[in-house]
Amino acid sequence: MNAYISVWKLRFINGMQYRAAALAGMATQLFFGLIFIMVFVAFYSQSSGQVPISLKDLVTYVWLQQIFLAFIMLWFRDNEIFQLITSGNIAYELCRPCNIYSFWYAKLLAQRLSSAVLRCFPILAVTFVLPQPYRMSLPPSPAALALFLITLILGLLVIVAISMLIYISVFWTMSPTGSTLMISVAGEFLAGMIIPVPLMPLWLQKIAYVLPFRWTTDFPFRVYSGHIPQAEALWGILVQLLWLAVLIGVGQWSLRRALRQVVVQGG
Amino acid sequence: MGLYFKYLSILFKSQLQYRTSFWLLTFGQFFIPFSVFAGLYFMFERFGQLRGWSFYETALCFAIIHMAFSLSECFARGFDAFSSLVAGGEFDRVLVRPRSTVVQVLGSKFEFTRFGRLLQSAIILVWALYNLPIEWSIAKVITLLLMVASGVLIFTGIYMLAATLCFWTIQGMEVANIFTDGGREMAQYPLNIYQKWVTVFFTFIIPFGCVSYLPLLYILDKVHGNEILYMLMPLAGVLFLLPCILVWQLGVRHYRSTGS
Repeated sequence: MNAYISVWKLRFINGMQYRAAALAGMATQLFFGLIFIMVFVAFYSQSSGQVPISLKDLVTYVWLQQIFLAFIMLWFRDNEIFQLITSGNIAYELCRPCNIYSFWYAKLLAQRLSSAVLRCFPILAVTFVLPQPYRMSLPPSPAALALFLITLILGLLVIVAISMLIYISVFWTMSPTGSTLMISVAGEFLAGMIIPVPLMPLWLQKIAYVLPFRWTTDFPFRVYSGHIPQAEALWGILVQLLWLAVLIGVGQWSLRRALRQVVVQGG
Repeated sequence: MGLYFKYLSILFKSQLQYRTSFWLLTFGQFFIPFSVFAGLYFMFERFGQLRGWSFYETALCFAIIHMAFSLSECFARGFDAFSSLVAGGEFDRVLVRPRSTVVQVLGSKFEFTRFGRLLQSAIILVWALYNLPIEWSIAKVITLLLMVASGVLIFTGIYMLAATLCFWTIQGMEVANIFTDGGREMAQYPLNIYQKWVTVFFTFIIPFGCVSYLPLLYILDKVHGNEILYMLMPLAGVLFLLPCILVWQLGVRHYRSTGS
């Protein structure tokens, strides 16, 4: 366990070095958040009927998306792992006296976490002082906040497990483009990145609810604003845990199979 | 100009050498804006209209901006990827050749896989035009072509400004993404739905409004009087590019090799 923690720590410190990049990223995320909200405000301003999610909840949803972008993006590229697989340097990894799955998992987790930690606090600070209707709202109760934190962390664990599957698939396809690009585009859409899940048509919502993507982001964000009531949130946590177990199980199993027939490329 | 086409054909041939990868990437590019467009479609399905704009009108706006964006990513990729040229010291080689630096940098890289994206936007364009009751005239066709063409010029101008910044910073700057990706996201909707400051900035500083929103008003017959003015709006793209080229030349003069 210690080895994984130190890998995690090294990666985390490494990620914290890119401060200029983080600053540029923050400006971009703030701008994107504002644009998305303006579009939603324009749509909402003339809607007469019932809307499935209130504008206040929606604004919070958009800001949470931008703040925790590093938790959401399926396509958080770690070229190092791709190169390990395609160049044959995977041989070195095999020599290490630790489980490759846990090793990579710790690495990927640290990357996402460091990127989010660098960016989230400044954006949070700005979004809380913006004028209405752009201001982000506080969660309705401390319990909602606590549930949000739990579901967010579980969601992060789920998304790293999903991205592990993407990396493992490279053992078979040998090319990180194409198929993985498609999975991430579809996955991000079903996670509510383009339009929030409650605004999708019903048939699409049903698809989104069956797949794991929605549990990584859409679920915690709506728990935060209280759009998902607390009793339902507790059930949701159970579903998240189930997905986590399944995804990690499949990941471990397929990695073992991949390693059994791995061809070390090059010399 | 002849030199530019020479670069074009050479790089096209070299990219086609990796045929499978080329087609896979083109195919992938086809689907990226597809999910964004699906989002737009679902929003209209739920809300019906957007401040007086119908779905097909907005789709037309979307298609024009995305066509301009994919064309500029294909043909002006050299400026977009310029930081690697500076950091590697390869820009020195460009400087010693007796040809214009702009043409050489433009010709240093093309991204032909963006045709997938272009194709997708073109399909949306045709679909939207087919469903809109527009009375066509020669002037409107010219306006439409001008919109796409000068949209490309604006994106290219932003790439050039970002590339010029590399002369000072050596590395590429992510900030430019606000104006390229952000500008694209913003300009795919009609500009009048935004707050005043956004509209003003993207009409007078970076004239995205002049290539999408304003001429669209003319094509869709939403303006009366002064039509010629709306029609010629896209020329603002040219006005935007000129200072960008000047700044670029200033940057070139400032250039110091990294020596590596």
